[in-house]
Amino acid sequence: MNWVLVPQQIINGLLNGGTLALIALGIVLIFKSSEVFNFAAGHMVMLGAFLTWMFAGGEGTGEELFHLPLWAAVIAASIVAIGIGFLIERLALRPMTGQPLLAIILMTLGLSQVMEGLTTVAYGVQPKGNFPAPFSPSDAFNIPIPKVNGESIVFLDRLQIGHARLATFVVAIVAAVLFILFFQYTKTGLAMRATSENHELAQSMGIKVSRVFGWSWAIAGIVATLGGVLLATLSGVSVSLSTVALVAFPAILLGGLESFPGAIVGGLLVGLAQEIVRASTVVEVRNASDIAPYILLLIILVLRPEGLFGQRRIERI
Amino acid sequence: MAVLRPAGDFDRSYQQDMSILRKPWHLLVTVLAIAVLYLTPFLNSAYITFTLNRIAYTVIALQGLNFLTGFTGQISLGQAGFMLVGGYASALVSTYWGLPIWLAIPVAALVTGGVGLLFGLPSLRVKGFYLAMATLAAQFIIPWLTRQPFLADYLGGTKGFIDVPTPTVFGVSLGEQSQFIYLSVTVMLIMTVLANNISRTRLGRAFVAIRDNDLAAELLGVNLFGYKLRAFFIAAVFAGVAGALRAHLQRAVGTELGYNLVESVLFLGMLVIGGLGTNLGPYLGAIFVILVSDFALWFGPRLAEIFPANAAALQSSFRPIFFGMVLVLFLIFEPRGMAHRWMLMKAAWRLRPFAR
Repeated sequence: MNWVLVPQQIINGLLNGGTLALIALGIVLIFKSSEVFNFAAGHMVMLGAFLTWMFAGGEGTGEELFHLPLWAAVIAASIVAIGIGFLIERLALRPMTGQPLLAIILMTLGLSQVMEGLTTVAYGVQPKGNFPAPFSPSDAFNIPIPKVNGESIVFLDRLQIGHARLATFVVAIVAAVLFILFFQYTKTGLAMRATSENHELAQSMGIKVSRVFGWSWAIAGIVATLGGVLLATLSGVSVSLSTVALVAFPAILLGGLESFPGAIVGGLLVGLAQEIVRASTVVEVRNASDIAPYILLLIILVLRPEGLFGQRRIERI
Repeated sequence: MAVLRPAGDFDRSYQQDMSILRKPWHLLVTVLAIAVLYLTPFLNSAYITFTLNRIAYTVIALQGLNFLTGFTGQISLGQAGFMLVGGYASALVSTYWGLPIWLAIPVAALVTGGVGLLFGLPSLRVKGFYLAMATLAAQFIIPWLTRQPFLADYLGGTKGFIDVPTPTVFGVSLGEQSQFIYLSVTVMLIMTVLANNISRTRLGRAFVAIRDNDLAAELLGVNLFGYKLRAFFIAAVFAGVAGALRAHLQRAVGTELGYNLVESVLFLGMLVIGGLGTNLGPYLGAIFVILVSDFALWFGPRLAEIFPANAAALQSSFRPIFFGMVLVLFLIFEPRGMAHRWMLMKAAWRLRPFAR
């Protein structure tokens, strides 16, 4: 372990984890209300980022239809994402009600393939580097820390916190907290929570369950769009943006499938795990950064399958 | 599954009841079909031999996945990863130990089976969606491991293992696609006989019991963990055989050539399209999806000529759109797959003129 790097990597990991937490939240949201695990979440993230890029002016050749400022582009993309969410729920997942788990998983996987193909047709295979970046990536806060003078452990004399990363972290966490408040206090949010407890009971209390499913997909669309925009401001937008979901899945299992706070904590922990591994002095361990979330996931599955905050399930025949 | 038979068609002995080819004409059709398969190289069509080879290894991989997902009900997103293990194992033993192909494939199968057991271990604790995530972990960890620098001397690093030896059978080298057919079709037929028989023995029935209700199966005396592990082992063995065939066919193996999550999803999709938990499903699914994606590959450039502005994007994106749409439509309109439709057609034929 290269101890000099550890504090910096912890900060990087937590900052990266914020966006992961937001994306994980979108998946947990759909799972809680309709028990569908959305394998297409990554592609919704990618689509949201592409839509925002398009509304914000695209390639900037002067021939585009839209030249919105970033905040307006995000809102426009969110509205489109809401529509897509409703469409997916109505056309693809409503017919799957009552089907076995495999069919539902495959449905979202099939949807992800369709979305990947359609996005490529619409926006091309080239990565777009010109996503509007409100914060310059090169700016950073430098925080001096006094040297801890031990025998062998000497920390960095300063920590770097990139403005852009910090901003994405703050936005992600604020958005996540807003969504949790939405579920605690608004009528729609309460309806969603009631639905997630028991479909029949919620229906009998006058909640339209099928509409709640639609709403949860729509909100997941907004969450995914936000996540996509945050990622794109750091790295530009391309089709490979969808792979972020593959890192978000372990985060969800880590936190527990039914828990919003679990999704946030899981996202932060997975981000942390990925970056701390990078501080190792052994090259093999450093390379393992890509699969660190999955090794973490295997450990969690064996030791505590329901995750940190999830519910233990009791089965009856 | 209740089999509808016309009046007067019944079995006179247990032997007859258990036979796969019940009638003389079943035997005739089977022999003819096998003969056609072995005669395809004489058609002299590069496309047909190329496609038949691909179908052969895909069918084997699907048969394995069918045991795990179709019969036992354990969703696996890692079949392509297990194929990679089989491919590397076969390439290594035939290069460094000089094993002939008829030894290299079983060795590869056993090695892959061992890896399958390892990743089947979480099935002790978790099931359903959680198990799917554990196999997803296999799908990431295995390809990652093959790319590592400390194994690059043996596995070839990110470029993969190049120059897998050409298999030699009875002194004949099978370097051409048209010659390889004899090997791939033979292995496919052997694995088909195996799969058909496993599915109706004690093992196969235990798998089905676990799929239908695992707790009830356990109460009936099925050792859950043991049988789940066996399902993982069998799935990995079939994947190993498929991977070995593919490695020798393509003369290379590595993550450059696929073996990724998309391929694992493709396998699951093929299985659902063909028919989960049926012996016919792997065949129908593999043939249908491979032909459809070839059509998409052919159609993409045609479409790109019409819309030249987006040519590159259209070419590369047509396959996922096609596959995704076919999968979604099948899940909505025919979730039990083509094999089920085939059963219905057979029943209708037998009951005519009373059925439409």
